[in-house]
Formats: sequence, C-alpha cells, structure tokens
Amino acid sequence: MSDVDITSKTMDGMGPHGTKVGLLRVLGPAHVWALGVGIVLVGEYMGWNFAVGKGGAYAALIACWFAGILYTCVAMIDSEVTSTVASAGGQYTQAKHIIGPLMAFNVGLYLVFAYTMLEAANAITAGYLFSVVATMSGHEAALDQQPFIILVIMFLAWLNYRGVLATLTFNLVITAIAFVAILVLFVSTSGILGGGIMQHAALFEGHEMPYGWIGVLASMHFGLWYYLGIEGTTQAAEEVRSPARALPFGTLAGIMTLLIAATLTWYICTGVLPYEFLGDGVNGSVAPLFDTARLSGSMGLVWLLGFGTLFATLASANGCINDASRAWFAMGRDKYLPGWFGAVHPKYRTPYRSIVFLVPIALIFALKAPLDQVITFSILSGLLGYTFMPLNIIMFRKKWPLNSIKRGYEHPFHPLPAVTLLALCAITFFAVFLGYGTQLVAMIGFYIVVSLWFHFWRYRFVNRGAQFTMPWPKPKGY
Amino acid sequence: MAHYVAPKQGKASQLIDVIVLVVLTLGALFVPLKLGLAGAAKAVETPVTDPTWEALGQTPVQAAQYEALGYTPASAHDLILARFDYSFSVGALVAMVAIIVLYYVLVLRFSDVEYREVISEKFGK
Repeated sequence: MSDVDITSKTMDGMGPHGTKVGLLRVLGPAHVWALGVGIVLVGEYMGWNFAVGKGGAYAALIACWFAGILYTCVAMIDSEVTSTVASAGGQYTQAKHIIGPLMAFNVGLYLVFAYTMLEAANAITAGYLFSVVATMSGHEAALDQQPFIILVIMFLAWLNYRGVLATLTFNLVITAIAFVAILVLFVSTSGILGGGIMQHAALFEGHEMPYGWIGVLASMHFGLWYYLGIEGTTQAAEEVRSPARALPFGTLAGIMTLLIAATLTWYICTGVLPYEFLGDGVNGSVAPLFDTARLSGSMGLVWLLGFGTLFATLASANGCINDASRAWFAMGRDKYLPGWFGAVHPKYRTPYRSIVFLVPIALIFALKAPLDQVITFSILSGLLGYTFMPLNIIMFRKKWPLNSIKRGYEHPFHPLPAVTLLALCAITFFAVFLGYGTQLVAMIGFYIVVSLWFHFWRYRFVNRGAQFTMPWPKPKGY
Repeated sequence: MAHYVAPKQGKASQLIDVIVLVVLTLGALFVPLKLGLAGAAKAVETPVTDPTWEALGQTPVQAAQYEALGYTPASAHDLILARFDYSFSVGALVAMVAIIVLYYVLVLRFSDVEYREVISEKFGK
C-alpha cells in the first residue's frame, strides 16, 4: 500500500508537482455542494423543458428519473475515484492516471466545452430575464440583451480571477436562495399552503404521449439537463481542505438535492403550463419556473422566482468558469496545452490566465448561437464524458484493487453502476441522434481530429513519467 | 526506459497550437449551424386557417392557460402545431454507432501506448 494516506486527518491531500505556489486549500463540504448544485440548479430553471417538447410531460418525467439514475451512477463512481485523486482537473486527472494521456486530453476538452457552453447558456438566460424584468417595469421597446450577457460573463470571470473562496461562498448563498425559491413555489402552488393551482389531468388531456415511446427516448437528450454538471465537484479537489471526506459528501448530497429539485420542478411546471408552450424553450417558455410564478397571480412569487432564476444562472455560470478554467489550467500545467496556461496568480492563487482565455470563447457562443444548440453542445460533451466514466472505474478497480490504495469512499455494487451508466449513455446517444445527429457526428469528428493532433504533434512536449503525480503503487498488469 | 526529455516549445509555436484548437472548436460547433444542418427544427405540417382553440386541439382549461400567458389562437398557432420528425434511416444510425465506436477504440489504443511509456518511466520495467 502507498505510504501516503489521503484519508489522513493530518495530511489531507497532496501537492501535485511539488509546486511551491499552488492553489489555496480553503474549501469545505458545503462549498463542494454549492459548486455541484450551483452549476446544475439552473437546469431546473431553464433548459430541462426541451424534454417536454421532445416527448410530452410524461416523457420528461421518465427522462428526469432515468437521467437521475444515470447521474447517481456518475456521482457514485466519481466519488470513489476522486476521493483518491485530489488534484485540479477532476476527471481529466483521473483519466491521466488510470487510462492514459490521450484519454485525459479528450476528457479535459469535454469538461472545458461542457462547462463553457453551459456558461454561455446561463448568460443567454440571464439576458432574457433582464429583458422580461424591463418589460414588466414598463420599458416599451425591446431591450437589447447582449450588453447584459457580456456583463454577466465579465463580472463572474472577474470574481473567479480574484479568488476561489469568495467565488464559491457567493455561490453557496445564491444557490441556497434559488433552491429555497423552488420549495416556496411548490408549497404555494400545490395546495399545501392555501389554494392549489395544479391542473395536471386537464393540461395533459389529449397530449399524454404526443410522440409515443420514441418521444420518451428522444426526451432523454434534454433529461440530462436536469443534472448536468454535478460531476464538476471534482474540479475543486485541489482546493478543499479534506478531499477524501468533503468530495464524496458534497457530491452525494448534491445529487440528492437535485433529484428532489428536478422532480418538484417537473410537478410544478407541468401542472400549470400547457405542454407545447412549456416544451419550446426558445419561442415559448425560456424560464419555466418563472413563467409558472407569473401564472400564480402572486407578485411575491414572481419576484422570488425572478431572483431565483437570476441567481441560478449566476451560480451556474460562476461554477462553470471555475470548473472550465481548472480543467484548462490542469492541461496547461501538464503541457497538454501550451504551458503558459498552467500559471497560478501570485497574489490571488487562481488559474488566472485560463480564466481570462475562456471568456471570449464563452462570449462567442452566448452571442452567436441559439439556446437549444448551445445546450446541445454542452450535453454532447457531458455525454462523452459520462461514457468515459464506466471505462475509468472498471480500469481503476482492475489496476488498483480495493486494498491496494486507501480510498476515501468505496462505491457499492461494482460493476452494476458502471454497466447501468454505459447502457443509459447508449440510450442518450440514440436520443441525441434523433434530433441532433449532425452535431453529434461533427463533434465526434472534431474529437477524432484533435486526438490525432495530440498524439502525433502535441504529446512530444509532454514529459512522460512526470505526468503520474499520485503516490500510488505501480498498476497491476504493467 | 530511457528518461524522455520533452523539447521546450517556443512562444510562437504555443500560439499556433492555441489558434489551431480554437479554430477546430469553432468550426466543429458553428459549421453545422451555418450550413443549416443543425437539425432538430420543428415544422407545421398541416396549418389551420382561421385557428380557434378547438381547431388547435386545446381544451377550455388549456386555452385559458394560453390566454393567461397572453396568447391568442393565431399567435399560438405555430407554437402548438409544430412537430418534430423522428424518422431516421438505419444506415445513418449504423454510421453513427460506427463513428462513436471508432472514436473510443482510437482513443483507448493510443492512450494505452502512451500510458505504458508513462508507467515504464515512472516505475521502471
């Protein structure tokens, strides 16, 4: 067994590369929860409702729960691996130590694109919200949303530049408010407090399964949006005080929170909004919880859910900047990307060059691409990453069986979660193929080209043995 | 294994690498959009002239919710009647599966070659 114990209370983690100036270890389990839930909770405030459009309300509920199973597998697998790999980069660093450099390079790109596209989607929603508030406040002409989109991304990038503790403490507060707003809307509209306004049976009448079972399959595409990003908790691995305890706790508490929030969101919105309106997130309901509050007749709820939507988008964009920059930084530090990106700010101790570099990329997509396409780009990158995870955990258990290194968490029923995850990923690939097959093929084509570029060109700048920074014994079979 | 010493990369070369990656990224994501191949578009197959809520297939309860949202039958026409087309060819499905499998096989094979070098240098034979 390795002589370095990640579960130790006196040595909580390890400093990869032995750098003197590293990222600050200041975060606790609540910050990990806030990072995971903060990124994802916006999925209940916008985007998930495309699943209703793809197959109807029941299809969206089935997709919600099957995607919930998929992400529960992701959280279990991730918690085990990351409780031993306490290093920035999350799944990227896991892939580097378990499968190999090219897989790691691909996983790093999945992470960067999934989070950067999610950040762009959040900024689009925030811009829309500002325009609605302007209209409600009596502004007559259509409000130009672009300055608000730019402002949101720039402000959050600045916050990330200045320091991780302030960034994630900010996330903790606004995520908690956004989550409470969903609970308040539920108790206010479901009949628990006062008269309820739910009309599920009447609104579903004649539209129960508008596309039949193929619609249920198609809904899985956007079903992922309820939870996409929970795996981002691992990005904070190098900045938490006790990774072996905080990462599994924060991640698993996060997925439980999201399962509750997703189901409540489906129940609230489908009981108030007609399915065609709810299911069109571009021309119909951009922000379904906010639209539900508008129909509740309570101005208090309208303001609460307005702020809830705004806070959810800000928290998500904030977490996405945090995660995408850590993945980009980690690849730069390993020379998978130009080493210039691997720098840590001497004063704020943040990966500041990576943060700044990704700002214009997010802006291009937020300003130039429609919301459903941006969401699809994010989902596709996420899906490729989830397909990697079963391979990762199977190889991890094979190369380092349970007693060979000490784990902070061991997930049960292995390999059942891995097999389940792989099967659900296959179904979701088919769902994406049903509507967005061209993008899927274009994106895979992109990853094939960059993989060849990495293997035959870029990898020459990477030191070989130095990439393996974990204090683990030699893997079995090598 | 002999210790591999990576060459130092010049600034211009680093810049070119970044540009290549950014161009490939933007190309992969924007080319399908610009060529109109992005898909997932909904279409109204049988439009209704002079639409009413009944003609659009809406019950009184559903119509009331649309009116509360500020819609009329005319303004809700496309929103209500637009449908996805989920028809597909088996050939296209097989091609997609083949591309995904090819991609993962390629990545896993090349990764394994690289990983063996890493382990060999780190731990010795």
